Order: sequence, then structure tokens, then C-alpha cells
Amino acid sequence: MIEYQNIFTQVQAEAPDYPGVPIGKDEEHRMGGPIHSWLAGKLGDAQIGPIYLGPSGFLAFICGFIAFEIIGLNMMASVNWDPIEFMRQLPWLALEPPPPEYGLSIPPLHDGGWWLMAGFFLTAAILLWWWRTFTISRNLGMSNYLAWAFAAAIWLYLVLGFIRPVLMGSWSEAVPFGIFPHLDWTAAFSMRYGNLFYNPFHMLSIVFLYGSAILFAMHGATILAVSRYGGDREIDQVTDIGTAGERSMLYWRWCMGFNASMESIHRWAWWFAVLTVITGGIGILLTGTVVENWYLWGVKHGIAPAYPAIDAVPVVDPMMMEANP
Amino acid sequence: MKTHQYLRATAALALSSLLLAGCEAPPPETVQLGYRGVGQEQVANPKTLAATVAENQVPAPQPAVPAGGPKAADVYENVQVLGDLSVGEFTRLMVAMTEWISPEEGCNYCHVDEGFQYDTKYTKRVARVMTVMTQAANVEWGAHVGGAGVTCYTCHRGKNIPANVWATDPGQPHAPGVMTAGQNIASVTAAYSSLPNDPLTPYLEGDEEEAKNLPWRVAGTTALPSGNRSSVKQTEWIYSLMMHFSDSLGVNCTHCHNTRAFYDWEQSSPARVTAWHGIRMVREMNNDYVNETADWLPDHRKGPMGDPLKVNCATCHQGAYKPLLGANMVQDYPNLSRYTVAVKAEPVEENAQEAAPMDDVENGDTLREQVEQVIEEEMTTSE
Repeated sequence: MIEYQNIFTQVQAEAPDYPGVPIGKDEEHRMGGPIHSWLAGKLGDAQIGPIYLGPSGFLAFICGFIAFEIIGLNMMASVNWDPIEFMRQLPWLALEPPPPEYGLSIPPLHDGGWWLMAGFFLTAAILLWWWRTFTISRNLGMSNYLAWAFAAAIWLYLVLGFIRPVLMGSWSEAVPFGIFPHLDWTAAFSMRYGNLFYNPFHMLSIVFLYGSAILFAMHGATILAVSRYGGDREIDQVTDIGTAGERSMLYWRWCMGFNASMESIHRWAWWFAVLTVITGGIGILLTGTVVENWYLWGVKHGIAPAYPAIDAVPVVDPMMMEANP
Repeated sequence: MKTHQYLRATAALALSSLLLAGCEAPPPETVQLGYRGVGQEQVANPKTLAATVAENQVPAPQPAVPAGGPKAADVYENVQVLGDLSVGEFTRLMVAMTEWISPEEGCNYCHVDEGFQYDTKYTKRVARVMTVMTQAANVEWGAHVGGAGVTCYTCHRGKNIPANVWATDPGQPHAPGVMTAGQNIASVTAAYSSLPNDPLTPYLEGDEEEAKNLPWRVAGTTALPSGNRSSVKQTEWIYSLMMHFSDSLGVNCTHCHNTRAFYDWEQSSPARVTAWHGIRMVREMNNDYVNETADWLPDHRKGPMGDPLKVNCATCHQGAYKPLLGANMVQDYPNLSRYTVAVKAEPVEENAQEAAPMDDVENGDTLREQVEQVIEEEMTTSE
């Protein structure tokens, strides 16, 4: 009896090298390996490789490497090429977009030009990688759920770094490349535009993000729980339901009255994940372009309640009182 | 289930809750500052609060001296600022200043052996400027310093140089080929964020006209766009200054703001008005007093860019929401809360009265009383 109570796979199946199904003319793009790793087998399949690289994969890797180097070397330059300072300050360092005065023009390299270049190569790498996800699923005769899910994430990335800055007329509106800097940017962005929590698309994005996490946990737990009845053969259970599928569905019906089916649970998961970034992207796109202050937008549309004043003496903007210069 | 299984489960439960409880010892205390549910609250850890209370004890006042007697200017030579005081009051203040600023060096920190009247040491000339600055803070900035006022001790605490002073930050050395945007370096001033590392130079120095053009009120004040072009980068500058405020006072954003609408004064606490006046007070201190010493101040009292060591929020507050937790020291030294020398064209009395209504705001401030109550309770339990 195979049990899944451990994070690691309990049984490793020993098998000879498996090159994969023949794919015709693109055969040459599969390269490397295969090798077998007992440690990899603890987490997934023990066979590593061959990998399908292809021209898009190769170019994606090159473009990604260029972007990585531009960002890293700029960070290094900002601490005067001091490797110790680089390690100490790494979480704080960033490659910053150009200042607002450049608008959408091409700034000098030292003042945002490198940011624009890094952004170009990173975007190229991501789009090439997307093409790779598309072609690989096509070669394997699969439909394109993976490619479209990845495209949804790319949508959010493009809104943040390209579409919204273009609509706002300034590269400076984009996010810096850096660990803490992009987090500080996020907080400042929310404050500048009057609190993103009142943005309904931000609300939806959070619902789908947290929803994705709980759905993933519920589904994983349910399938592991019925694997003793063969529930891990999920695809079989979709069309030819057995006691595993019956029990897992009954579990949720008894628990909360409603249950997904063996097939629909995967549609739930896919849509929750995809909608996280689609709604998030819409929320960012509307910020500053058509909505100036989300809190006041919330007041206008009745979603932000008013509270009583906190003190007997009302607080008044001192600029209105002209009490002092 | 067998008994030993129950026991095992109970033991596991007890152990895990013990581990979880261990993360939060002692439990922090929360003081509600705003309407319930809006999160306007002050979080304090009793352990650090006790330390704060211990750090903010004031020294006993110097013994009072009999009233009357000749004026200091008539008895001593070269008394430029405090000549108006009686000899007794003058000497008492000098003794107090020595205790506050140079307890180890004594009189000789400012004076020379040849005679008290000589201005040989720069420290004596600085003391003159600082005395008038202290008087100005008490006379003209009641809206910020309130009834408690300030003395030399508020900042110095027995040290020659207050523990928290600042000078323009040249930033991290960087290669000539990159711009740093004044940020993205671990910044102590910005409370270890990656926000602009020196918000003090633009906001707390520079004249009032320059200051008006800085990004202060960046947030939109209309639901839909109406021409506000403040950028996120500008927001990061004022955000950085706010981090300095928060860090200097040991408070959260919610001490002043209702964080659902940072910009809105009506939802803010009265402390925000106090802070607003504080910004202007500190700017005046730096421009009209500290920077006046720039020409003759020795280099070791200047920053890496050659500007004098200046005042910011932390200089007085030193981690407390009120310096010395609101203790009123100035009542024992009334000569520090009036001008003893004509320094400004405006009549002094009128200004003092102008500040009075703001004191009322302070007094009606129930949230401060609540915080004070918590601190008072902590003080009694720690003793």
C-alpha cells in the first residue's frame, strides 16, 4: 500500500532511460541527459532530462541572462563594485526606472537607460519562454491551458512595467528591480493613489490569490486521503468513477453540502490562479489612469463607511488655519 | 481511544501551545487611539516601555535662589544673552547647563581659565545660539512643544552633543556611471527601508519657499484624476520622512493617521497637527540657529559634507512619543521660556498668546492621556 503521509515520495519506481514520445522534425531540440537521481525521485520523477530547449528556449535564456547581468552589475556599481557591500546591501539594492522628467523618452544609460534595457531583455525572455510553453504543449499534442495561464501572469507583469507607464506617459511610474525597493514601491503606490484596499479589482485579486491557496490545499489533501483506494489515478476517476472519487466527493458534500466533481476541481483551480493576475492587472491598470484616490472612490460608491470623530476638538488641516507660516 | 493516546494528544497540544505562546512574551499592550475598528492604536511592549520610562527620567531641578539682586550683565562681563537675569538665577542656570551638557568637563567645556568672559572656545558661542533657540522653541512654538516646553536637557541628556543629530548624507560611494536616485541603500534615517536615504536635508533644512515646492501632499484628494501629477517616486520621499518620524517617536503611522486615508486631516489624530508644527519648528531651528554657526564651527562638529550637525525629530524625542515622556522641566527654568534678549522684530508677548489656543487642543487630547496612563501604570509596576 502506497502512503502519502510524507512530503517525500515513499516509493521510487526504477526505470530505464525514457526519451519521451517522438515529435518529428523538432526531435533535435531535445538535449542533455538523461540522468537518474535518487534525491530528485524523493520529490518527483527520478529521471532528469532530456530538456527540450529549442531556439525560443535558447534565446529566452540569453535574454534573461542579459537582464540579470544588467540588474546585478548596476546594483554592484551602486556600491562602488565592493563585493562585501554588495552582499550586505543586496536586499536594499535596485535598478531604478528613470526620473519623471524623462517621460517616455529614452533616458541616458546612467539615469534609467539601463532600467529600460533590462526591462526590454527581461520582457523578451519572458515572451520567448511563453512561446516555448506554447510549442511544447503543441508538440506533445496537449491543449494550451499552461500557455494561457502563463499569459495571464505576463499580463500583470506588462501592466506594471509597460502598459500603465505608457498610459501615464512616464517610465518613472514603473516598478524598480530590487528586493526591498519593489516592496517599498508597492506601499508608496498604494499611498499615492489613496489606498489600494478600496480598489475592487485588488479585492478580487486577493480573493483569488488566497482562494487558490486554499483550493490547492483542499484538493491535494483530498486526493492524498483517497489514494489508498486509487484516488491518485485522477484522470481515470473523471470518466470512470470508483470508490475513491465517491468518497472524496461525499466528504465535501457532507462537510459543506456542495462538492466539485473530479474534473471540475481542476477548472476551479485553473481559473482561481488565472483570475488572480487578470483581476490584479486590471486593478493596477485603472490606478492613476482613471481613478485618482481609491478611498474616495469607495466613499463615492458607498463601500467606505464614515466613522464618528475621534475627539471633541475636530482636527483641522493647519494649512487651512494659517496658524503659522 | 486508549488512555495513553489521550495523554499523548494532550501533551502534544500543551507543548505546541507553549511553543506558540513563547513567541509573544510578554504580550504587547495596545492603546486604542481612534474609533473602534479603524486600527488607530498604539502598540507597546511592556519590556521596552519600562526601558523607555527609565531612559526618560529628568534630573532634579537646581535649588531655587532668592529673588532680586543685581543683574548678571551688571556684574559679569560679556553676558550677551542672559544678562537680563539676576546673578542668582544666572548662576543657577549655568550650573544646570553644566549638569545637562558637560557634567564631566564642567565649566571648562565652554569657559577658559583666563576668565569666564572670554569667547575663546567655540562651545561658548554655540551655547549662546542654542540658548536663544531654546527660548524661541518655548516662546513661539507652543503649538509643538506644548506646556512641557524644552530645555537643554531635552536633547543633551548629559552629553556634549545630543545622541541623535544629523548632517547631509553623501550616500553610499558608487561608481560614477550610475545614478542612485538617492535611495536603495539600507538607510538608518529611513528606518532601514530602501526609501530615499536622506529625507532630512530637503524637508528639515532649506528655507520655507523651497520647502513649499517639495512633495508633501502627494496623495490624490479627488476620486477621479484632476491634474495631480505627483509620482510614486515623490511619494517615496515623504514616505521616508514619515519613517523617520515613526522611528524617532517610537510610534506607528496610526499615532497620527487613520491609515485607510493617510491624507485626510479630519480622520487624523490631533498629534498630526502637532507634528505639522514640529516640521516648521525644526526647519527654523536648523536654518536660523544651527546653520548660523557654520562659518566658525570646527570641522569635527560638522558632517561629511561640511554642514553643522543639525536637529531632527529624534534629537528631542529619542524614541519617546513625547520627549522625556512629557515631563515639564521648563517650569523650573522660566528664563528658558522667554526671550532674555531682543532677537526678533515681533513683540514677544503676542506670539506667546497666539500659541495658547493650540495648547488647548493638546489638553483636550484624550488619546494622549490614555497613552500617558499606560506609561504611568508601567512606571508604577516597574518600581
